[in-house]
Amino acid sequence: MYIIQHRTIFFWITGIILAAAIGAVSFFGLPLGIDFTGGSLMQIGYQNERPVLTTVETQVATVPVGAVSVRAVGERAVSIRTRTQTPAEHEAILAAISSNASTTELSYTSVGPSLGSQFAMKALWAIFAVILVIVLYITFAFRKVSRPVSSWYYGLTVIAILIHDLIIPSGFYAILAHFTGVQVDALFITALLALLGYSVNDTIIIFDRVREHLAHNEKINSKESFEMVVGKSIDETMTRSINMSFTVVLALGALVLFGAAATRDFALVMLVGVIAGTYSSILLAAPLLIPLANRFAKK
Amino acid sequence: MIRFRVFAALALIVGFLLAYFVWATEANLMSPYRFKLGLDLAGGTELVYTADMSQTPESERSDALSALQGVIDRRVNLFGVAEPIVQTEQASTLSGTTEDRLIVDLPGVTDINAAVAALGQTPTLEFRLATTTVVGTTTMAAFASTGLDGRYLSSAALGFGSGATAGLSAPQVIINFNTEGAKLFEKITSENVGQTLAIFLDGQPISTPTIQEAIPGGQATITGKFTASEARDLVRNLNFGALPVPIALESSSAIGPTLGAAAITAGVTAGIIGFAVIAIFMIGWYRLSGLIAAIALAEYVVFMLSIMKIIPITLTASGIAGLIISVGMAVDANVLIFERTKEELREGKSPREAVHIGFQRAWTGIRDGHLTMLISGAILFWLGTSLVQGFALIFVLGVLASFISAVSLSRVFLLAIVPEQGGRTWHFLLGSGARNS
Repeated sequence: MYIIQHRTIFFWITGIILAAAIGAVSFFGLPLGIDFTGGSLMQIGYQNERPVLTTVETQVATVPVGAVSVRAVGERAVSIRTRTQTPAEHEAILAAISSNASTTELSYTSVGPSLGSQFAMKALWAIFAVILVIVLYITFAFRKVSRPVSSWYYGLTVIAILIHDLIIPSGFYAILAHFTGVQVDALFITALLALLGYSVNDTIIIFDRVREHLAHNEKINSKESFEMVVGKSIDETMTRSINMSFTVVLALGALVLFGAAATRDFALVMLVGVIAGTYSSILLAAPLLIPLANRFAKK
Repeated sequence: MIRFRVFAALALIVGFLLAYFVWATEANLMSPYRFKLGLDLAGGTELVYTADMSQTPESERSDALSALQGVIDRRVNLFGVAEPIVQTEQASTLSGTTEDRLIVDLPGVTDINAAVAALGQTPTLEFRLATTTVVGTTTMAAFASTGLDGRYLSSAALGFGSGATAGLSAPQVIINFNTEGAKLFEKITSENVGQTLAIFLDGQPISTPTIQEAIPGGQATITGKFTASEARDLVRNLNFGALPVPIALESSSAIGPTLGAAAITAGVTAGIIGFAVIAIFMIGWYRLSGLIAAIALAEYVVFMLSIMKIIPITLTASGIAGLIISVGMAVDANVLIFERTKEELREGKSPREAVHIGFQRAWTGIRDGHLTMLISGAILFWLGTSLVQGFALIFVLGVLASFISAVSLSRVFLLAIVPEQGGRTWHFLLGSGARNS
């Protein structure tokens, strides 16, 4: 019952964390990668020592491809981002870079600008669609539960939770991007969508408990308050919520520490998101039902 | 009880067989069931072209796109790549794209510029009718599209006709249309006798013969001012690449073999370590139930790997990440059931009854949770790009498999060994945490 009694404190803590995350996004911004803006990204490995980044930048700039950004990758590689290159420009840049060093092109990706903007639209639609479908499903799954709050409130609470679960990893990514130079790519969107599905799963388990208790109370004609029911449900499902997330955290931890470089940032965002999702399921989802119940309770 | 023991034994045997299948097919380099590695793991090039359909009527776009696919397929095969994949993506509101695309995967090819050059040299062939318009005092020759183009070409051949002027045999290019093209050609020639039917190659008129009479049979002869070798090149290019519609390179990516190999090693390491720590945690916390969950989880993994080999699903770095994360999530349903079982035990139920009720009570939550995860997985798959789809497919499969493994496997295993009545030992074995409950 601890969580329910002190729910105001947790609402405040959440508010502060959310404000910090929104602050990070608006202050540092979320730099969009070539998946969204279009452009070319090449990763170059050096046989020997990697030259100074500004040297590489000057070399690339000999080919007129607009603004060039060069980042260090690991010990002996760099990634170079420019606007979408033509095959001829690509060839010229490769020649310029290898003029004074032995290099290999580890990877090259080029996205046309129209493909990029289409992906951005699709990503927004996908996030919107996931939230909508989940809310509808929950309203449907909980349709028999209408006292003391209508099943719509379960759905609406889930929207609030899902938005929370999108903002926290985004804030984290904004900070990560600011300090390491990573950019928002398709995998980041993938992480957000997977997190939506995952986080709601956690919330459902608690709501499921509430549903079960309410049905039981109705049957035995118990006058237990809604607040008590919610508190009991949280307590009963807490170990499970934490253990469940812990196993996912273990899997993600293994991915961050030992997994492929290509999926490291992805795993990191998922890791933050899973922790935020568990937090929001236990400390926000069910407690949020109570003020709703007090306000809109069917008399 | 006997029934559950038989089922449990069967499940174990199937698990071992699948594990052997996974191991044996991977050890045998010639096996058709080896993992299909995506370009990001095996190294290779992906080229995405957009087809310019602005001149193609809506109703013919789908045909034009598949004709385009066939042509590029032939080109790629000429290029000499093992297991190339040429796919198309049609514009539709459902797929969320507004352009018709052609996606070419070339495993093992890392020289992207060479690949682009080899695929890019593709002529477009078109027959146009000359219409003369008079502007002021000058007569302008304009050409109207007839709708007859490279799409209707079935083959081209080199021939030598009697040169009217030089007396030498002049090289000719003989074009054979397919049935549809033959009909169209006959119709055009019969309706426009006396007019000029120009043959355009890559937008340039290469021959402007006058129609003498209707030509049935679907064969046209181009007698341009060719040298023998020019004619031979044109025949080859027409045979292997007369494009029905123009295409433009939209995006491309190439991954070198070193990066891919490192990603595989890292993925396998992360997978093994991830599985091990999850198993250790489960056994440590949930004791006997945890051990059973770990066994069910191992079965889950071999099952997933087998499915991925049989379908087959192309393995990518993001797919491997999806698999590892799904292992963590697959535990969920088990945890839910065990926690429920424990509660029932605390209320004084017998171990076996507790397991039964635990499964029953956990069911609605498991169902709702898995369904919402499936929904987000399906939408992820729709979102597109191969990178995202690799993850989404495995995520969806993983959710389905975890559903089955938790609801059936763990249950069968537990019911196979938990006795009807049990003392403190069983309470301990089915309990959890540091306390003795």
